Amino acid sequence: MATALVLVTTADGAADDVSQQALTFARGLAAGGPVHALVVAGEPGAEGVPAEAVAAGLGTWGAAQAHLARHPAFETFAPDAIAAVLTELAARLDAGVVIGPGTEAGNTVLARAAARDGQPFAANCTAVTLGSPTQVTRQRWGGTLQEEAALRGDRAFFTVAPHAVSAAAVEASPAAVDAFTPDIDDADLIVRVVDRVAAAVGGISLAEAKVVVSGGRGVGSADGFRPIEELAGLLGAAVGCSRAVTISGWRSHVDQVGQTGTKIAPNLYIAAGISGATQHMAGAKGAKKILAINKDAEAPIMAAADYAVIGDLHQVVPAISAEIRRVRGT
Amino acid sequence: MANFPSHAKVVVIGAGIVGNSVAYHLANLGWRDILLIDKGPFPNPGGSTGHASNFIYLVDHNKEMTQLTVESARQYQDWGVYTTCGGIEVARTETRMTELRRRMDSAKNWGIDDARLLTPDEIKALVPFIDESILVGGFYTPGVGVVDSLRFGTLCREKAEAMGALTAFANTEVTGLGVENERIRTVETTRGTVEAEYVVIACGVWAPKIAEMAGSHIPLTPTVHQMADYGPVPLFEQSSKAIEYPIVRDMDVLMYERQDGVGLEVGSYAHRSILHDPEDIPSNEAAPLSPTEFPFTQDDFDPQLEDALELMPSILGDERVGQKYAINGLIALTPDGMPLLGETAEVRGLWSAAAVWVKEGPAVGRCVAEWMVHGEPSIDVAQSDISRFHAHQKTRQHTKRRAYEAFPKTYGIVHPAEQYLSDRPLRRSPMHEWHVAHDAEFFEVAGWERTQWFNANAPLVDKYGVKARPNEWDARWWSPIINAEHLAMREAAGIFDLSSFAIFDIVGPGALDSVQRVAVRQMDVPVGKVVYTPILSQLGGFKSDLTIMRLGERVFRVVTGGAHGMADLKWFRDHLSDDAALVDQTTAFTTIGLWGPRARDIVGSIARADLSNEGFPFGTCRRVEIGSQLVLASRISYVGDLGWELYVPMEQGLRLWEELWAVGEPFGLTACGMGVYGTTGRLEKGYRAYGMELDGDYNVVEAGMAPARIKDQDYVGRDAVLRQIEEPPAALLCTLTVDDHTSPNTGESRYMLGRQPIVLADGTPLTDAKGRRSYATSAGASPSTGSYILFAYLPPEQAVEGTQLFVESFGERYPVTVRVVGARPLFDPDNARIRGVAEAATT
Amino acid sequence: MKVLVCIKSVPAVAGRITLTADARAIDTKHLGFAIGPHEECAVEEAVRLIEAHGGEAVVLTLGTAGALEQLRDALALGIARAIHLVTDGAEWDPESTTAAIVDAIRADEAASGPFDLVLVGNEAGDSADYQVGVRIGRALGRPVVTAIKGLSVADGRARCEQEASGGRDVFELPLPAVVGVLEGINLPRFPSVPGRLRAKSKPVEVSEPARPAQRLEMQRLVVPQGAAKQAVVLGQGADAAPAVVEVLANLGVI
Repeated sequence: MATALVLVTTADGAADDVSQQALTFARGLAAGGPVHALVVAGEPGAEGVPAEAVAAGLGTWGAAQAHLARHPAFETFAPDAIAAVLTELAARLDAGVVIGPGTEAGNTVLARAAARDGQPFAANCTAVTLGSPTQVTRQRWGGTLQEEAALRGDRAFFTVAPHAVSAAAVEASPAAVDAFTPDIDDADLIVRVVDRVAAAVGGISLAEAKVVVSGGRGVGSADGFRPIEELAGLLGAAVGCSRAVTISGWRSHVDQVGQTGTKIAPNLYIAAGISGATQHMAGAKGAKKILAINKDAEAPIMAAADYAVIGDLHQVVPAISAEIRRVRGT
Repeated sequence: MANFPSHAKVVVIGAGIVGNSVAYHLANLGWRDILLIDKGPFPNPGGSTGHASNFIYLVDHNKEMTQLTVESARQYQDWGVYTTCGGIEVARTETRMTELRRRMDSAKNWGIDDARLLTPDEIKALVPFIDESILVGGFYTPGVGVVDSLRFGTLCREKAEAMGALTAFANTEVTGLGVENERIRTVETTRGTVEAEYVVIACGVWAPKIAEMAGSHIPLTPTVHQMADYGPVPLFEQSSKAIEYPIVRDMDVLMYERQDGVGLEVGSYAHRSILHDPEDIPSNEAAPLSPTEFPFTQDDFDPQLEDALELMPSILGDERVGQKYAINGLIALTPDGMPLLGETAEVRGLWSAAAVWVKEGPAVGRCVAEWMVHGEPSIDVAQSDISRFHAHQKTRQHTKRRAYEAFPKTYGIVHPAEQYLSDRPLRRSPMHEWHVAHDAEFFEVAGWERTQWFNANAPLVDKYGVKARPNEWDARWWSPIINAEHLAMREAAGIFDLSSFAIFDIVGPGALDSVQRVAVRQMDVPVGKVVYTPILSQLGGFKSDLTIMRLGERVFRVVTGGAHGMADLKWFRDHLSDDAALVDQTTAFTTIGLWGPRARDIVGSIARADLSNEGFPFGTCRRVEIGSQLVLASRISYVGDLGWELYVPMEQGLRLWEELWAVGEPFGLTACGMGVYGTTGRLEKGYRAYGMELDGDYNVVEAGMAPARIKDQDYVGRDAVLRQIEEPPAALLCTLTVDDHTSPNTGESRYMLGRQPIVLADGTPLTDAKGRRSYATSAGASPSTGSYILFAYLPPEQAVEGTQLFVESFGERYPVTVRVVGARPLFDPDNARIRGVAEAATT
Repeated sequence: MKVLVCIKSVPAVAGRITLTADARAIDTKHLGFAIGPHEECAVEEAVRLIEAHGGEAVVLTLGTAGALEQLRDALALGIARAIHLVTDGAEWDPESTTAAIVDAIRADEAASGPFDLVLVGNEAGDSADYQVGVRIGRALGRPVVTAIKGLSVADGRARCEQEASGGRDVFELPLPAVVGVLEGINLPRFPSVPGRLRAKSKPVEVSEPARPAQRLEMQRLVVPQGAAKQAVVLGQGADAAPAVVEVLANLGVI
């Protein structure tokens, strides 16, 4: 029975989605023991939802004990400091397992913690069997490929890949909250967010958009995106593209959907002139419905699509825009 | 999308430039119920068409290739997918400049009249980004263009579909071919099985794999051609068109450069030969780009980059211009560099249209469709006929070895007599070791090692005072020994190893009908008669010329050249009566030729037979005892002298050769090579050769071979011959001799090797009423008369004995005189020698 | 300044991935190799830093002999020299990879001075371990930031930007530092012909580090079988528009 310690990152006054999944995952570990959670927060008062409440709420996801590390340094993201706290707590709890969410933040903190602790670390796991060695299944190539690996350490450090499990609540009982103020070495505060630059106003964030309209190599040019932008405008959608488009210089990388671009999770993904290469689909897996517009009825994207229009996007996309206008009477 | 059919008249496999074009032309010729399938998506299924550089250079030394290219350009132009940009082959060296002058000869031969040579300054004016200071000159063809081959393919499908003739299915992979009684029956695909009367394999680099499903062979090797795209080029950003500047072929370094939008595409044939097997090609799903775009191997390309940089420093030396895209593109190479067209030899109804480049695609589509629908294509594609191959040439290993050797010659300067060196020796005659012992110079035909001349005969050169050729090009693959052997034969006798003959017997009750059906001459002759006859296509062009012996009432033996033997064999088999059979005897018999004024003495000294003119007349054959062997002797000659072809089983050949040699030496017998047999001997006797004078473009009247009377029995081409003898010939085959070999520029004596234009004093080419140019179909010495002979078809105005004309060679003109119009020999015009009445009058 | 960029040669996967028979590697019979996408941007970033500030950019890889091709690619783009830690093809886990790289960095720094910046890809294109940069920083006692899409250097400090909801978070690190770069930080240039030719004569220092025992050891690769869907075809070409709009309405998108 190994004690599991889970790093929880938060959004909007609660554990974020992937942290919820990580807690759920921790609970389900074979040979797992009690689940502890670590939340970090700055000085009280600034938050909308008090961090104590957030910590207590982790009981919903199965944390028996929540540890709340409050420190002024945690007003902004300070990955080494978090890693220091996580490592010390793991040692204090004699945790056999240290888990994080498979996000950029989770991966960087867990990697730092493992390095401090002199342990190996496995990022983005989808299955873990504790033992000696611990067996993990983890994602490579943005999830296009999975790896079965042995993790040989004194303490198992890993992150849970997004959507590896669905977050499942337990009989609601608040977690016991252990709030403390850690000692943080100055050296661990060198790496810390010191400023925030606001994004240019306007445009819908690709990662958060409910509808995304993307174009691929089939669009043919930068100008070719005008009909796609028009359709996106009518749908209140974000515009995306494939890596082929970015490399060609037709659109900025911020619009790139894929393994090395943005991973999207819209309700509807309209993919026009996109063949559906693995690189791209690794970023579009989160879409609930996919409509593919493609000349090739057998393009790989058809195996991932819910709906399809067979035809040249240069004709199909404007026709859809025109039909929307007709229906709306505009 | 329509349901996948269960039956089609024809299934075309492969929707690249070739398959689309075949499908369209079949529809256009009236066929319906055509099914076109490809395992990849439309419009680019992922074959070689999809990554082709798509440019069309019009001039090739080879007539057939030029005709296919010009016809293809016409089709592309008609459908508006041809952008004319011009093309320049540039020379960095004098050697290459000389080759470009030879290109001019070919341009004149095939009527590409706007081609011209450029100075470096003129090149610079057309291609401002070139460094002309490293160039000697260029060969400019203004009509060169770039085509949209994918668009052309789409138009083919759309037009054929509009005719109601075609159903096309993408993403449909062939999994098997069903054959019954050596005839194609079904095509099994991932969408189901379809019955078909005809199947055309037009899937390029995959063709061998598909053919093997039917037990057939399409011998080609997928080979890498490297291409890279550099951009953006600031100069090209102002272009209004995708290509504004002529395409440059940097021949000496085996590369090309062409504008493609804002990029400069650089292609290379200079890297090592990188060969693959069709089985190595990934599926569309597994391929990172397209299946035929293999990952670029930069190391192979880097050395070429320096050459490209040297030629185009202002573009490629620009640090802002980057390598944006680079592939190892697969193309198809064959054992002899020619396409693979026609019905496969193994399976009836199974056709090949493979190893075809974008520049030939539309014409090949048309020719294959015409061939299927009418039985004959409108362009003579004999050199591309897939039935030309002998068994060994169909193997993967041989195909690869030849492709490996040929790839670096893609832009090379290839001598007309150049020999392949790889995968030899393959076929050795029973006399091979004897030849080796006599220091034979071997050439290869159809896999056979054939002696071109014997170096052991070198002393004869002095004896006969044969002059060497001073120019290296003229002397390459040649020896004065050939002429000396010739003179020795004419003086006494020569013995020839003719093991490479293709020999097949037509037997059975229907044997006579079978040979009558294809032979122009009367075959209902007495047993023991030997008939030399042209073989014609339905259109009246030449398919072959060969001899047929009547060995029995129901037994005919066909003897033809090794190079063309397999195609002849298929032609005869295709025209067999039901009650006749064809038996291939090629490797059962060897043939020894023995000719010359002393031939009768030599053979007679060990033969138990009456060899007199009365006892064994010319044009007859019979079995005779020679020593301990029963030999089939045939009194004919391709060198125009008294003597016999002697047929014995392969394993007895050496014995016969040695015995003849032993008794012949005292008579002055000389072993002669094929240089005498194929060139000097036949030329001075006015004998025509298939593939030289005789091809699909000319007829029996023009060739001076019209039969004295048209036989009553029907035969292929008879209707055409009846027409041909009624109309005045547009050209007549003449024998010309070179009056002065002195090069006007260098003063060196030059000797034409064939395929040079015949022109007027001012260089104007001769064009006959059918639009054909006059050119030297054959060229070579006549040692007996001391002259140098050219054969050429001349328009009637020039086909007058005594007419003074010129032959243009490497751009220089040499005076020639028309010596004979028609088939009369220059040497021994009365044929006294061959008739055996010349002994007394031996010169 | 002196910049090191660490790259990994990865198969240029685009279509369906197939594995070798023992399922321990991707079948690369039909594939080329390329610098990982994040590292490609890291190379570009290193070249730009040197163009802006002067100095020397060095590229390093731990990989097979074939990875020399990717080193040459980087050299063609303007990197001055290369360090090739040659492996026999067996995978190295993140800890042993780190150890080999750190040894090489120490040796190079001893010989020719310290690196101001070590750039790495945020995660390897193939194994996606998300930790080698972090571990290098830890081992060398240098600050590390990851997921960086904006980088500038001034006055001995690196300003590093990371995308965040609604904007960009900014880190400021004293040099020397380690930066994990994300694709999109720049649009990498294509190699020019002169660059390519210069690359051929640039020095590549080769060594063969010993592979220690692995603590994260790949045993088998699996291609996940996504449930293939049967898309509902709404029509062909422009005629499909009404059917599309009906679906959009049903999904509540319009």
